[in-house]
Amino acid sequence: MKILIKNGHVIDTLEELDGKYDIMIEDGKIVEIKKKIQVENEEIEVIEAEGKIIYPGLIDMHTHLREPGFEEKETIKTGCEAAAAGGFTRVACMPNTNPAVDNPASVEYIKSKSSEAVIEVLPVGSITKKREGKELAELGFLAEAGVKAVSDDGNPVMNGEIMRRAMEYGDNFNLKIISHCEDLNLASDGVMNEGYYSTILGLKPIPAAAEETMIARDIMLAEFTGASLHIAHLSTKRGLELVADAKKRGVNVSAEITPHHFSLTDKAVKSYDPNTKVNPPLRAKKDVEALREGISQGIIDIIATDHAPHTYEDKLGEFNYAENGISGIETALALVNTNLVKEKIIDYKELLKLMYENPINLFDLDKKGIKENQLADLIVFDPDKEWEVKTEEFKSKGKNTPFSGDKLLGKTEITFSNGKMVYDNRGDKAEIIY
Amino acid sequence: MALKQKDFLGLYNVKSEEINQILKTAESMKEIFTRSVKKVPTLRGKTIVNLFFEPSTRTKSSFDLAAKRLSADVMSISKSTSSVAKGESLLDTAQTMEVMGADVVVIRHGAPGAAEFLANNIEASVLNAGDGAHAHPTQGLLDLYTMKSYKGDFENMKVLIIGDIAHSRVARSNIQGLKSLGAEIRVAGPSTLIPREIEKMGVKVYQDLDEALEGVDVVNILRIQLERQERGLFPSIGEYRKFYGMNKERLDSLSDDVLIMHPGPMNRGIEIESAVADSEQAVITEQVTNGVAVRMALLYLLAGREINDEDLN
Repeated sequence: MKILIKNGHVIDTLEELDGKYDIMIEDGKIVEIKKKIQVENEEIEVIEAEGKIIYPGLIDMHTHLREPGFEEKETIKTGCEAAAAGGFTRVACMPNTNPAVDNPASVEYIKSKSSEAVIEVLPVGSITKKREGKELAELGFLAEAGVKAVSDDGNPVMNGEIMRRAMEYGDNFNLKIISHCEDLNLASDGVMNEGYYSTILGLKPIPAAAEETMIARDIMLAEFTGASLHIAHLSTKRGLELVADAKKRGVNVSAEITPHHFSLTDKAVKSYDPNTKVNPPLRAKKDVEALREGISQGIIDIIATDHAPHTYEDKLGEFNYAENGISGIETALALVNTNLVKEKIIDYKELLKLMYENPINLFDLDKKGIKENQLADLIVFDPDKEWEVKTEEFKSKGKNTPFSGDKLLGKTEITFSNGKMVYDNRGDKAEIIY
Repeated sequence: MALKQKDFLGLYNVKSEEINQILKTAESMKEIFTRSVKKVPTLRGKTIVNLFFEPSTRTKSSFDLAAKRLSADVMSISKSTSSVAKGESLLDTAQTMEVMGADVVVIRHGAPGAAEFLANNIEASVLNAGDGAHAHPTQGLLDLYTMKSYKGDFENMKVLIIGDIAHSRVARSNIQGLKSLGAEIRVAGPSTLIPREIEKMGVKVYQDLDEALEGVDVVNILRIQLERQERGLFPSIGEYRKFYGMNKERLDSLSDDVLIMHPGPMNRGIEIESAVADSEQAVITEQVTNGVAVRMALLYLLAGREINDEDLN
């Protein structure tokens, strides 16, 4: 079975591809990449990609698949379907499941469950047992089971001594530490960013300093231990400056930010919409502006979704009692396109750096990519397609998004994962193909 | 005459004309209190539900009395938020109110935005009787009514609010209402109880109470919740009393016609000395009376009746 993707603009920075190419796929494998491929055989399925971008399958380094333990919110199966629809062929799933991924058996469970999923899952282990921040998880066994990074995501490691030891010990196994930076004492029982809007809304505030002091601490510890540190969902101006400064000093630190943190400010909370409740909280305008600047300057390494699906009930009613999180994996690429590329903050090559190349380099992942003799693992992306975010069309079980009803630019049309077309959005209905 | 909107949730962005309209209606309501029969048939056949998710004696009885004086059928429901499932319960309660044919639902709730959530989910009018630290518009309006009745013109009025601004819905509603009416607003309290960027609401922040008191016409003293001290927001009651308490000495330094207000319940001897609470300048009991009038006015305006002098006779 042959498939020809014609006239697409192919971008793969790792393969130094940036231009119009035709791609021939045979039995799932890329067999030819050429300026023009002539076809005579009528058995070939031709995908016309004029005006579209062909990217390698994107990588999301921060996803919550919720399984095991919270299957009512998402499963590995549905989360991967959502990822495929969002243009991702690999997702790193966070260990805040029940039980937590603090042991190799849990890693094996996720691997086995995800073997039937439409895309690839990269399990992240926890730093401490049960993510309680008290005792180190079996980091060596986790690494042996194939984990590349560990995080207590959702929780910070409040005890600096434990964090130090995790960095030192994890380094033996080349584990990257992904830090959820939040001082729980400073954050207290806050529910939104501290500033003008928390003041007028009367909602309990979380100061930016709750995040920043922990970023500072973890940078100091990474500098001290020489470990490799990745800051999850960075959301403040000062936090960004801390990372920029640490990088200048040669500290082994990287940082990710989420689409919602560069797309929305804390003003969005004004309607008390529980879908705007997220941790870290949506920040002030000055933070959002700084983050956009940080992305354009290359201080930010990765854009990750922090896809956090929840049930309808989890997000129903009073803002105070709603769960934190945004179901974001199906809007991420469009938000990057709409709010960063179309705003000329980054270009399409830089987009790929943030959502593919840097994750590979920083987390030592397989390259895959668009090259001959490689199983097709790529997406056809229409950068100018306008669409309305309709949660009922989400593949994710989580319909919790503050972007519902928004018009965004850019839609994934086709996703190939590991040689197979797994998502096809060319017709009337966006289909997941098993 | 009626309000344009279905609900009354706060004083944020409420125009001065609308506030004045409510205050004027409250004045007609207050006149009823002087009669031997303190009741009018205005809201006969209307159903008002008082839905209180937080303990409250004053506000609840004030609303109760207001509804009764207008001859409405009143139903009061008190629920503890902790005893019911979160989130869903408010929606379920809202739907129950709806089918029971409530015309106005008065809600008191500990979560900011709860009144708005209810308003978005039911057809009946919703009147916010306090939602967390967000808004308490009837208290705001009764305070405005009291200030106006003694001082008249807001344009030349200097109002100082003292205390725990951060956790106070009374402070927010006062500030928003006073802002619309053009008064000068000051707030004073320990910095730990002053919320961030409150200056953007159009107030001047003072750390020193005595400085803040200079030249003011109205002093509105907020209740200090004693558990704030346990949470480390100030070190001791003694310090609070000394630096932010309204005492006789401070009162004596002010002009004789200054108004002393407090939304109640007071911590006598802490944020307000008895000598101040019981002074000539204190209008704290008057605030309670005006509260009933203002609540009658709002219930009346929300129920959407055309104003008609006959109704009030």
